[in-house]
Amino acid sequence: MSVVRRSRWSYLSLQQAPLLLAFVMLGITVAAYVLFFDLRLHHLPTAFAWDSTISNALPLVFVAAGQGIVVLTRSLDLSVGGIMDLTNSLAATHMHSSVPSMLLWSLIVLAVGGATGLVNGLLVTVGRLQPIVVTIATMSILQGLAAWVLPQPGGNIPASYTNILANSNSPLGLVFIGVVAVFWLLLRRFRLGIALYAVGNDAEAANALGINVRRIRTSAFVLSGIMSAAAGLFLAAGSSGGDATGGDSYLLASFAAVVLGGVSFFGGRGSVIGVVCGAGVVTLLVSVLFYANVNSFYESFYQGIFLIGAVLLGMVVTSLAQRRARGSLRRSRRRW
Amino acid sequence: MLEAVDIAKSFGEVQALAGASFSLAPGEVHGLVGENGAGKSTLIKVLSGVLRPDRGQVFLNGRRVVVPSPAVARRLGLGTVFQELTLLRWMTVAENLLLDDLPRGRGGLVQRRKLADRAAAVLSSYGVESIDPLEVPDRLSLADQQILEIVRTLRRQPSILLLDEPTASLSAGQVDWLFAQVRRFRTEGGSVVFTSHRWKEVEELVDRLTVFRNGRDVATRERLDESEAVVLMTGRRLGEMYPPVPTATSEDVLLEVREVRSNVLDGVSFSVRRGEILGIGGLAGQGQRELFLTLFGARRAKGGEIVVGGQRRRIRRPKDAIRSGLGIALVPEDRKQEGLLLPLSVRDNLTLPVVGRFAIAGLIRRAEERRHVGELIARLQVKTTRSGSQAVETLSGGNQQKVLIGRWLLAGAQVLLLYDITRGVDLGTKHDLYKLVAELAEAGHAIVFYSSDTDETAHLCQRVLVMREGRVVRELAGAQVEPEAIVAASVMETAEV
Repeated sequence: MSVVRRSRWSYLSLQQAPLLLAFVMLGITVAAYVLFFDLRLHHLPTAFAWDSTISNALPLVFVAAGQGIVVLTRSLDLSVGGIMDLTNSLAATHMHSSVPSMLLWSLIVLAVGGATGLVNGLLVTVGRLQPIVVTIATMSILQGLAAWVLPQPGGNIPASYTNILANSNSPLGLVFIGVVAVFWLLLRRFRLGIALYAVGNDAEAANALGINVRRIRTSAFVLSGIMSAAAGLFLAAGSSGGDATGGDSYLLASFAAVVLGGVSFFGGRGSVIGVVCGAGVVTLLVSVLFYANVNSFYESFYQGIFLIGAVLLGMVVTSLAQRRARGSLRRSRRRW
Repeated sequence: MLEAVDIAKSFGEVQALAGASFSLAPGEVHGLVGENGAGKSTLIKVLSGVLRPDRGQVFLNGRRVVVPSPAVARRLGLGTVFQELTLLRWMTVAENLLLDDLPRGRGGLVQRRKLADRAAAVLSSYGVESIDPLEVPDRLSLADQQILEIVRTLRRQPSILLLDEPTASLSAGQVDWLFAQVRRFRTEGGSVVFTSHRWKEVEELVDRLTVFRNGRDVATRERLDESEAVVLMTGRRLGEMYPPVPTATSEDVLLEVREVRSNVLDGVSFSVRRGEILGIGGLAGQGQRELFLTLFGARRAKGGEIVVGGQRRRIRRPKDAIRSGLGIALVPEDRKQEGLLLPLSVRDNLTLPVVGRFAIAGLIRRAEERRHVGELIARLQVKTTRSGSQAVETLSGGNQQKVLIGRWLLAGAQVLLLYDITRGVDLGTKHDLYKLVAELAEAGHAIVFYSSDTDETAHLCQRVLVMREGRVVRELAGAQVEPEAIVAASVMETAEV
């Protein structure tokens, strides 16, 4: 008799229930977007509308993906908004419209993000400080640095840079989302990706299995820093300038996307693909509320209601799926 | 082969090991026996690099070694299955098994299909067919998780295998599987250190054993009969392990269960009288746990009636059970997860559900509370200070169990559901618990008792119901209540109902 095996699908639907749910929620939000757009303007969303929505979503997609990686290791990064503040300010004050300058400053900005993540990671792992303490402090420091780099909103981002990173007339944004997705899918299949999950599942057990827990946790913060810096670049490109407080609102939005994406705050469960969907949902929701004629004053009220509703729905669906699965598992299992 | 000399280890003021020594010969299975807290687990942790000893030396093949981490222990050829599971709960079985040896293809990418196939091959090479490599441990039974842990350790092909209480959650068939693996490992030249609280298992498996008491080794023997072992382990002669079974049962039925059904239970009926200890027997996992949880309201029943003190009651949550006229209370095997607030004091844990009773206008009368707590601690012989200010997490398992029982007594529960309360409890405390159960029955409580140790059920209960596949298949009473009869009824395919 051979070992019990079930179909790939039954695992996908069971273990990835939160991920599938994130896809479903994205689908529903897209449908709602189309519906309210059509009700308001009496025609379907144009290519321009889609393209600008996608490029609007890019900063959140990147920052939330980074946050998702940190949350997977059972940690959190409050400094992501601060990193975006500093990096978009740096780009707006230093970048010139020559290819070498754009390339150089993009790399410098990403390196700044990575370095910040490294500091976070080392303070957490080597310094043995709580992630919440470390990152709340670095967030504050970064906000201060950003205000020093760019005291008033302004600066300048070359138009050609905006055309690549935040083009509202072409679906180029989808390519960047694809880059995040492919990056994650590859990462998951490297040792580092599997180690990220192992650390999030049980750091002590992972250590006993020979995984360098410190290195993995630090790597998560470095990845988050680089992703947040990229988000800062997208933010600067989208607004053709800089703002030393422009990244602040992305901190809570990144957690909303992580939650909607089905990543467990207890670590070890979830997927960054889900987080990307979650970021899409959060971004689209703003447009939906706009086209549904909701006073932007009350926007956050409805966002909150939606977030709680979505999480509750997710829990119900997951527990139903698991209950069914347990039943079928029991039937299929051979007795000893 | 492996030798530990004069190992000492303290945790704060508690001395877990006080100069313990033992030596493992090549190709032998060496049992470590002793009460809980005798130091067996601590010694295994020291040898495995999880804990650093305060004093003492470890020799491997005659050479002195230092084991500062689990990784070093592994490199030295030591493979350990710890009492606490160390599986990654939400990663696949395959990833758990092969985390240190992931099959990788071009560019270092992990090949998932190969990973699952290889894991399946590993599992079946150890004769494990019931665990799916793509399942996650979180959804496996405790026994399957334990088996997975054992396979994972064996796969690394250690030269010395250290097993700390590996059978605690296994069924009889699974224990046989484990013993077969251990014997195969020994035939292939490996040496094994084995601990268990079940004497029969130790007797069956080991070539030699060392008895531990109070953090020291007191004897190493090739053969030892049980009564002699008890004396060595406890340092005193226990006489009879079990108290006499109380005989005086009244006709007063406290709890009656009629045709209770659920996903697992398939129409269970029985009744318990005042002063009776009713045993629930059968192999592990035949619905006993569900029965207890259902009666306590922690699981929903799908049909049937529960009659408490002559009145039909709906029990949908534990609160209903506790308030159902006579009070039904559950003492589960896993006190950590089901009932006790570990960081709080013994006193708080005892009085939590009834603290309002000591209050006047919301103010708790501490003196009154303390008096009750003091009486209870004395009655239950909880090993703690009389004021009960010690944190529950610092008590041993058996004493934690007593606190949980005490809480329900204070809450006035008359029907006590005792589910495997002696699991992982040392001999001395086990004896205290048996006495307590008999006393409670004599004091007029009705007790429903389940134990994974059939001997206990047979020696404590006046009547035993044997369960199989969610049904009661046999009732044994009076002289029929014998361990052999319970086992026979548990495994017989065609028992008369």
